Amino acid sequence: MKKMSKKIYMAAGYNTISLGTGRKEFNPKKPRPGLEHYISEAGKGTLAQIGGAANIDESVIGNFMASRFNNQGHLAGFIPMIDEGLKFKPSIRVEAACASGGMALITGIKNVLAGANTVLAVGVEVQNTMKAIYGADVLAGAGWFQNRKAGHAYFFPGQFSDRAGAYYEKFGKERTRKGLSRWYANAIKNARLCPTAQEFHNSMPDPEATCFNMEPNGKSFVDNLNVLDCSKVSDGASAIAILSEEGLAKCGITKKDAVEIAGFATSERDITQNPTDLTVMETIRDAAHKALANAGITINDLATIETHDCFTIAGVLAVEALGFAKHGEGADFIAEGNTARDGKIPMNTTGGLIGWGHPTGGTGVHQAVTIWEQLTGKTGDAQIEIPAEKPYALSINMGGDDVSVVAIVYKKN
Amino acid sequence: MGSGILLLTAVEMANLSLKPENKGKTFVLNAIDLSEEGLAGLMKYLRAQVRKMAEKKMVWLRQMYAGRADLIENGQIIDEYIFDVMNVVRPVTTMESAYGSNLIFEAIAENQGLKVKIFSQIDQNNPNKPWFFTNTSSIPIHVLNNEAKLGGRILGFHFYNPPAVQRLVELISINENSAEIKDFALAYAKSLKKVVVPSNDFAGFIGNGHFMRDSLHGIAEVEKLMKDFSFVESVYMVNKVSQDFLVRPMGIFQLIDYVGIDVVRFIMAVMNPWHDSEDLHSDLLDKLFDMGVKGGQNSDGSQKDGFLKYEKGRPVGIYDPDKKDYVMISNFAAKCDSYLGALPESWKPWKAVNFNKKKADILEAYFGDLNNAKTVGASLAKAYNQRSNEIGLGLVERGVGHNKDDVNTVMLTGFFHAYGPINDYLK
Repeated sequence: MKKMSKKIYMAAGYNTISLGTGRKEFNPKKPRPGLEHYISEAGKGTLAQIGGAANIDESVIGNFMASRFNNQGHLAGFIPMIDEGLKFKPSIRVEAACASGGMALITGIKNVLAGANTVLAVGVEVQNTMKAIYGADVLAGAGWFQNRKAGHAYFFPGQFSDRAGAYYEKFGKERTRKGLSRWYANAIKNARLCPTAQEFHNSMPDPEATCFNMEPNGKSFVDNLNVLDCSKVSDGASAIAILSEEGLAKCGITKKDAVEIAGFATSERDITQNPTDLTVMETIRDAAHKALANAGITINDLATIETHDCFTIAGVLAVEALGFAKHGEGADFIAEGNTARDGKIPMNTTGGLIGWGHPTGGTGVHQAVTIWEQLTGKTGDAQIEIPAEKPYALSINMGGDDVSVVAIVYKKN
Repeated sequence: MGSGILLLTAVEMANLSLKPENKGKTFVLNAIDLSEEGLAGLMKYLRAQVRKMAEKKMVWLRQMYAGRADLIENGQIIDEYIFDVMNVVRPVTTMESAYGSNLIFEAIAENQGLKVKIFSQIDQNNPNKPWFFTNTSSIPIHVLNNEAKLGGRILGFHFYNPPAVQRLVELISINENSAEIKDFALAYAKSLKKVVVPSNDFAGFIGNGHFMRDSLHGIAEVEKLMKDFSFVESVYMVNKVSQDFLVRPMGIFQLIDYVGIDVVRFIMAVMNPWHDSEDLHSDLLDKLFDMGVKGGQNSDGSQKDGFLKYEKGRPVGIYDPDKKDYVMISNFAAKCDSYLGALPESWKPWKAVNFNKKKADILEAYFGDLNNAKTVGASLAKAYNQRSNEIGLGLVERGVGHNKDDVNTVMLTGFFHAYGPINDYLK
């Protein structure tokens, strides 16, 4: 992949809370904020840090299924709602299932490469408009609809349960579940440090043991994962500015308050085909390594990673796809604490999808915001140390079952 | 009446109809109610409840409808299942629809004369020699059998309210019952996933046999306390003792309100003639009933005011018959609490005990402390527990319950007590 023709930066990130079960303010029986609220809050949050809407050239909004969750299409039209200064400026909506947010970032990056100086990228999803059993139908749209009939009631938990089952069979169930439980515990502990996280209020005494002892029950849920192995239903939005050097200057943002985009890649698998091997995330592997190559670095240069842990098993498979552990040893690598916030390679430091939340179309942007915060020292209680010799970070945003993947490498300035 | 039973039965019949071996068979459940309005409400309730149930068994439903290529999403399958359940039910206002039925499930008001009249009418016009299951909570089954001349084709099938939630069913058989009707009733109750407790045919059976006597004990305790305290203060204290000190889900007067003062009074009236050595009757309940203070539930499930006044489901006042109005609990609670004394240090509320894996240990420690406590509240609680124990043992001695375990199961499952009345906690 070609090197970028000019330097690209991200700055001025903003996350709304991830609202859903677990947050004290969440009450499914009471009215809740809608799409408009989240888009507006996130967008305004970023505009306030860049000198206002006048400095925005174009906008991109990533969203997966507002057409079904909220009976609302045509989301580009909500961008000027954020600020009147965005009226008559270009705006586009992109969709790649749960990688919609990541795809919004990539579109923004490409727009800057094509000549724009400042692009506003927003990712949003409001999913608590229906019960999870009906939401499962909507989210199943990230798979091939022709597989829906034969699929599980909880379609995507079913898909990843099959992956977990295959992994248990190949590498041992207890050993794997130790890794999955540690992944869950890391997610919860990190989320407790982040006030916008869905699990910020979580006070479970021993999340690792609780997850380990909760035997999956296929009669009521899926065969190989329990509910703690799954990200929750979330409402939320994130926004960030994507800028050229000129854009930074125009917005009055210093480089130390921005991260540089060192490389990126997107990769696509045929949605009509089953994965070649259920114990491998081949599209994540492909995209991540292309992005690292694009940045000219290896995994040893990374200080932190935000990876798409819609399910704990996805965390294990990502660790292996990235090359931190050999095939079959990812769960051990996690169980040993290597991905914890004080481990060799801290992952999902504000909770990831399981701990922070997974407003599907917003997740990719949220990952970028978290990395921007970590590399610029703005993460508050969740801040980790970024070693001088490892100034890089990586985000992996996945749509469907390893179908669309966006990988971005960021560099601390 | 009977909406919960209708729901469970309709769902069970629809589930049976979905099984491959029953393909092509038609299942019919006549839902008879004399009121059009009642039927309309019943069908609305049924539709809403079936949806809730369907949402909870989606994994199973997808298997059941796997052969339907046109039903792909969960939402489509749930809608079809609701249709299939509703399709089993024939809402009717005429008794004639039962003349061709093989099984009649009756859940009308606890009125012996009305039940006998309906059973007789159906049986005389139905050539199938149908079986009758009656959801009576207190009327002896052999009386209904004899008066309606059913020849043993009737069996007591006592659900606890609300049937869709409560897991307990008391099955009351009589000597004339055939093995077939008893076996079917047992299989039917089990297929509804109920905890079945057999009870002998004594008026009130196990559940009300305990509850009515337990209530009368509470009322008697109020009368004793009234020598030194007002009525509302006395009711407050006995309610508190029977809830907090005894670690029960609600106090005895809240429970009477939940069931309905009118219903409790009626059940006592049904039971009383069958118990020569006891007087199962309360002048206080008569008095409140005559004053229009009845308790019970609103159609949305919220609690009506009775002995107690409720706000958001919590007691906030107590009815004063002299003032014909409620007196706020906050006006006198401190005085009464002080008189009762503090709860033992190891006390935990029912909610924290009943669902705790270490329930047995917690209760053992608590009752140890209660036995040693010298407060008025502890004395009243010990006396209350003693009486509850006697009532439970009495039910076994008189042959109402087959054994201690059955009596305790009814109180644990049907009344959600954290421990059975027949216990060794008293020292």
